[in-house]
Amino acid sequence: MSTDAAIQVRGLQKSYKKLEVLRGVDFEVAPGSIFALLGSNGAGKTTVVKILSTLLKADAGEASVNGFDVVAQPAEVRQSISLTGQFAAVDEMLSGRENLVLVAKLRHLKGAGAIADGLLDRFALTDAAARKVSTYSGGMRRRLDIAMSLIGNPPLIFLDEPTTGLDPEARLEVWDAVRELAARGTTVLLTTQYLDEAEQLADRIAILHEGRIIVNGTLAELKRMLPPAEVEYIEKQPTLEDVFLAIVGHE
Amino acid sequence: MTTHFFGDTAVLLGRSLRHIARSLDTIITTAIMPIAFMLLFVYVFGGAINSGSDSYVSYLLPGILLITIASGISYTAYRLFLDMKSGIFERFQSMPIARSSVLWAHVLTSLVANLVSLVVVVLVALLMGFRSGAGVLAWLAVAGILILFTLALTWIAVIPGLTAKSVDGASAFSYPLLFLPFISSAFVPTATMPGPVRAFAENQPVTSIVNAIRDLFTGQPVGADIWTALAWCVGILVVAYFFAMATYRRKIS
Ligand SMILES: Nc1ncnc2c1ncn2[C@@H]1O[C@H](COP(=O)(O)OP(=O)(O)O)[C@@H](O)[C@H]1O
Ligand SMILES: [Mg+2]
Repeated sequence: MSTDAAIQVRGLQKSYKKLEVLRGVDFEVAPGSIFALLGSNGAGKTTVVKILSTLLKADAGEASVNGFDVVAQPAEVRQSISLTGQFAAVDEMLSGRENLVLVAKLRHLKGAGAIADGLLDRFALTDAAARKVSTYSGGMRRRLDIAMSLIGNPPLIFLDEPTTGLDPEARLEVWDAVRELAARGTTVLLTTQYLDEAEQLADRIAILHEGRIIVNGTLAELKRMLPPAEVEYIEKQPTLEDVFLAIVGHE
Repeated sequence: MTTHFFGDTAVLLGRSLRHIARSLDTIITTAIMPIAFMLLFVYVFGGAINSGSDSYVSYLLPGILLITIASGISYTAYRLFLDMKSGIFERFQSMPIARSSVLWAHVLTSLVANLVSLVVVVLVALLMGFRSGAGVLAWLAVAGILILFTLALTWIAVIPGLTAKSVDGASAFSYPLLFLPFISSAFVPTATMPGPVRAFAENQPVTSIVNAIRDLFTGQPVGADIWTALAWCVGILVVAYFFAMATYRRKIS
């Protein structure tokens, strides 16, 4: 394992009572890359994200984020990450701008108002800035949610199913936001159930299935894992979906 | 990160106070039930109740104030529940802040919201003829007891707020608390009650708190009641705080 990885996870295990969700998860994420953790509903993606963002303790295994151990140095981990949870964690009773100012103040930054205005502009929310978030559409809410995560420029961002439940247009907006983040050098760990999302965004893709990472590679590497014979039969390139179903087994 | 505790608590308190200011109906709703009880007891049942006091409103008010608090803290549980459910609690816990400030902000908000409701109820009581000869010290003592009682019940409310699975679950715990005043000296003197009920009424926290506040309002020397009242408030506060913190620690680990 290299020591300069943005995320290192080794032998991670977690059970909820009798339910073994993670049975030894290993992976590494290179700084500045977009890493997609792909898995069906209930695979344990959120569990991994919660352990890495210090919200949950693993039963066994080790994990470090930006070089800090999640158990021994949780405060340092929190300083260097942002979590955008599976459901937009915004304050419905406050305006979009007030939400951003709140987070900037909690991150102890100077000039909270200016930071908020900059992000409102960047995420095309300036017109809605003074409105209560309860009046926002799903896409606007998600954009605000991601904007809140960018405050303080943490080097690593977790996006847990950022586009689940969004309409196609809002989905594209979120994808653009993620690409822009990566372009600025932020490491992104993204979880998704959508194969095309991983295909579109990620530098590396890991498939979490039955408590383990069963595949981990670039899109090209994953595509090469398909039996070559099958490639000859179909005209188009195999999609990640073909790879996923071939590996996971399809009944 | 404890260095940020006060600053973070202040920022989060500002947030919840905005919530309250934008949903003033919750304060009104909190005050409506106790006011309705007060109207009902003074103008409907009052004539038939011999409280041994010239003004039944004045006799009633201490118990009504406790009911106000018991009804107000269900909103504390509700607000905390919404934060848990919406994911914003997790967002805060994943940020570099003093983590416990999230809880303390809710507790302080509960205190502010309940004090506002209490003021509303006292104003209505004044309109209905409540008068008190209490001096500044006695009023401060009343305020102190009410604040302690609010804090004690607030820490109880934190537990369902953190653990409830539904909105109803988050507020249902307050119903028994609402009924305690009815089996106490709040509405009628306990001497009129049958043996076992009387024994319960005289030894449960509400009676001593009500008696202490009543003595303070009427300018009578407060007897042992005030010490029993304080002991109950502090005792409940300490036990509730302990269990709430244990619940909280289980939630964030
Ligand atoms: N707090 C919990 N208590 C019990 N079971 C849980 C809890 N959280 C998640 N689970 C279960 O663990 C499994 C993995 O959940 P999760 O990590 O949320 O999956 P994903 O995010 O991939 O959909 C699911 O079967 C889920 O029902
Ligand atoms: Mg999930």
